[in-house]
Amino acid sequence: MSAKNNSGKDQILSSLRRSRGREGPVDDATAATLRARIAGHKRNIVPARTDIDHAGLVDLFENMAQKVFATTARVSDMADVPDAIADYLRGANLPSKVVMAPDTDLDAAPWAENALLEIRRGVPDEPDQVSITSAPSAVAETGTLAMYSGPAHPSTLNFIPETHVVVLPASRVVKSYEDVFDAVRELAADPDSGRGGLPPRTVNFITGPSRSGDIEQTLLLGAHGPRRLHIVIVEDGAGDD
Amino acid sequence: MSTSSTVHSTSRNFKNNARDQLANEDLQAALNKARGHFVDGRTTARDNLPEFDALRGQARDIKDHTLEHLDFYLEAYEEKVRESGGHVHWARTAADAQRIVLDICRSVGAKQVNKGKSMIGEEIEINKALEADGIRPIETDLGEYIIQLRGELPSHIIAPAVHLTKAQVETSFRENHTELDPDRVLEEPISLLDEARTILRKKYFEAEVGITGANLLIAETGSSIIVTNEGNGDLSQLIPKVHIVLASLEKIVPTLEDAATILRVLARSATGQEFSSYTTLSTGPKRAEDPDGPEQYHVVLLDNGRTDMIGTEFEEMLRCIRCGACMNHCPVYQSVGGHAYGWVYPGPMGSVLSPGLIGVDEAGHLPNASTFCGRCEEVCPMHIPLPKMMRHWREREFESHLSPGSARVGLGVWAFFARRPRLYQLATGLQMRMLARMGRKRGRLSSLPLAGGWTKYRELPAPQGRTFQSRWRSGERVR
Repeated sequence: MSAKNNSGKDQILSSLRRSRGREGPVDDATAATLRARIAGHKRNIVPARTDIDHAGLVDLFENMAQKVFATTARVSDMADVPDAIADYLRGANLPSKVVMAPDTDLDAAPWAENALLEIRRGVPDEPDQVSITSAPSAVAETGTLAMYSGPAHPSTLNFIPETHVVVLPASRVVKSYEDVFDAVRELAADPDSGRGGLPPRTVNFITGPSRSGDIEQTLLLGAHGPRRLHIVIVEDGAGDD
Repeated sequence: MSTSSTVHSTSRNFKNNARDQLANEDLQAALNKARGHFVDGRTTARDNLPEFDALRGQARDIKDHTLEHLDFYLEAYEEKVRESGGHVHWARTAADAQRIVLDICRSVGAKQVNKGKSMIGEEIEINKALEADGIRPIETDLGEYIIQLRGELPSHIIAPAVHLTKAQVETSFRENHTELDPDRVLEEPISLLDEARTILRKKYFEAEVGITGANLLIAETGSSIIVTNEGNGDLSQLIPKVHIVLASLEKIVPTLEDAATILRVLARSATGQEFSSYTTLSTGPKRAEDPDGPEQYHVVLLDNGRTDMIGTEFEEMLRCIRCGACMNHCPVYQSVGGHAYGWVYPGPMGSVLSPGLIGVDEAGHLPNASTFCGRCEEVCPMHIPLPKMMRHWREREFESHLSPGSARVGLGVWAFFARRPRLYQLATGLQMRMLARMGRKRGRLSSLPLAGGWTKYRELPAPQGRTFQSRWRSGERVR
C-alpha cells in the first residue's frame, strides 16, 4: 500500500510544482518564509464587538448563547452549582440521574450535599439522559463553548446524552476563537499537561444545542446531539478587570 | 476489485433534466418553501457583522496564498498528521480514494461504516464501493439519511434533501421503517426527526469505522475541521475505532488563525448562522490516556483533477469553501433544483467545478445554465468570479466543437457580419424595418422565426424602425 501511496503523492506534488514552473520543492528562502508564517500564526481581523471589559464579555457570551437556544443560569459560587443544576433538571422535568465528567474542576462543588442528584463519573452510555461537564473556555463573540478531550473530559459527554449541562466559571470567558487557539497551544507545550506537545485529540466548539433544518428548512432542535444545552455561569470574579 | 472509475453523471442532459424538474410539482413545492430562507439568513448575518466584507477579502487572500504554495503546505500538513499519530493517504483519482478506504475498512474487518456528510464521499461514490464490498454505509446526517433511503443524490451541497417535501419524507420513512407501528403519527417535521434520531442512535454504536468530510485542514497542527449542526458527524467520528477523513487537497490553510477567518464567513454565508452548532478540530487518534475517541485516524487527500486546475483560468474555483450561497441566490438553481445539473455539485459552483473534474465533454453544458445576473459572484464569500469562469468554459465547449450545431451556425453567421461593419449595419437596418412592419399593428411581437423559445413566454416590443447606430449618427443623443 505504501508504494502506491508514494506514487500518488509524487504525482500530485509534481503536478502542483509543474504548474508553478518548478521541478522540485519551493526554494529554501521561500520555505523559510512559509515556515515563519506558520510559526507566527498571525491573527487576521477579529471582530470589534468583543473590544469590551470582561463583565461585558460575560454578558455578551450569555446573550449570544441564548440567541442560539442555549439556556443559562448565573450563580455566585461553586457551592451553589449542584442546587442550580438540580433546580434546572426538576424545572425541565428531566431525570436527576446524571453522568459527570471525571474533571477535578468540578470537585470544588458540594455534590454530596444535594440529595436529589444521582451522579456517576465517566464516559456516557447510550441510555444516559443528562451529562455534566465544565468548559475550559468560552468565546464571547458567538456564545460558543470550547471543550478539550482528555481524561478529565470524554468528548462523548458533549454529544450522547439528550441534555448537556455545562459549568462555566465566568473567568474563562474569552473574546475570540483565536484566544482559544492560544490556550490550546499553551496547553500542548506545557510539560505538566502530559500532552507531549500535542493539542487535545478533539477540540469541540459548541454553539447552542444540536439542530437541523433538513426537512423543509424547518428549524428543529436535537437532531442527533443534545436537545438541550444549559450553561451555569459561576461568577468567580477572577476575570474582572 | 470493486472500485469503479466511471463517472455517473446526467449533466449532458441538462436541458431535458431541467424541463422535467420544472414540471415536477413536489420539487417546485419544496423549492418554494426553501426560497428566501437562506437568502434572508445570509443578509441578516452579514448586516450583523460590520467586518464581514473585510473578512471576505482576507479569506480570499489566505486561499490564494495557500494555493500558490500548495505543495509546501500539503507536505507540512502531512508531517504534522504523522507526528500526532495519524496517516495521510494521497489519492490521485476517485478510484484510488475508494481503494484506500476499502483497504482500511478491510484491515479492521468492518461490517458497517457510519458517515458524516461528505461531498467528497459523493464525488468518489464511496457508498457504492463499500456496498459492493459487503460493507453497510449508514448516512447519519438527517438530509443524507433521507436521500440514502430514497436512492438519490444530494440536490444541494449543504441541504441535501432540500428538493423534498415533508410528505415525501414521511412516505420514505413508512416504506423503510417497517418495524414501527404503521398507524403512528408522522406528519410534522419534528416527528420525522425524532424517528430518524431513534433509529440512528442505535446505529452509532454498531460501526467499526466512521467517515467524515473536512471543511478545513490545518498545516500548522495537522488537524481536520468539520462544521455541522446536528452533531452526527461528531458521533460518527468519536464512537467507532477508526476515523477516516475524506478531504480534497485544496481544503488546506496554513494556521488555525487562517481557519478562524474562513469559519467566520462560512456559516454566515451558508445558513445565516453566526457560527454553526458544532465546529470540531480533530488531531490524530485518541491519546493513550483518553477515555474515548478513535484508535486510528486516516486522512484521504483527494486530487481527482484539481491539480490540473492550478495555474489555469479556473484556479480561483479552488478557493471554494462549499457554503452554497451561490446556488441559494441563483435564479436557475432556484427554478430547476440541484438534480437537473446531473452530477454531485449543482448551481453556479457546480457549473464551474464539474467540467474541471469530469471533463468539458461530460459537463460542458452546465456553464450555459446561467442568466449571468452575477448574484453568485456577489454573494460568494471567497470572491470567486463564477460568471467569468463560466464564460471560459463556454469558450472551451465551443473550441472543442461540443456546442450544438444550431448555436454554432448562428454564431458563425453573426461573426461573418460582425467582422464587416457596413454589411452588419445594412443587415441590422433591414431587420429592424422588417420587425417594425411585422409588429406595426400591436407594437408587439408574439412569435418570431428562430426565437420561438423566447416568445413562448413573453412578447417582444416591436422596434421603432431604426437601429441604435443610425439614430446615434443622426445626432439623437443626450449628453
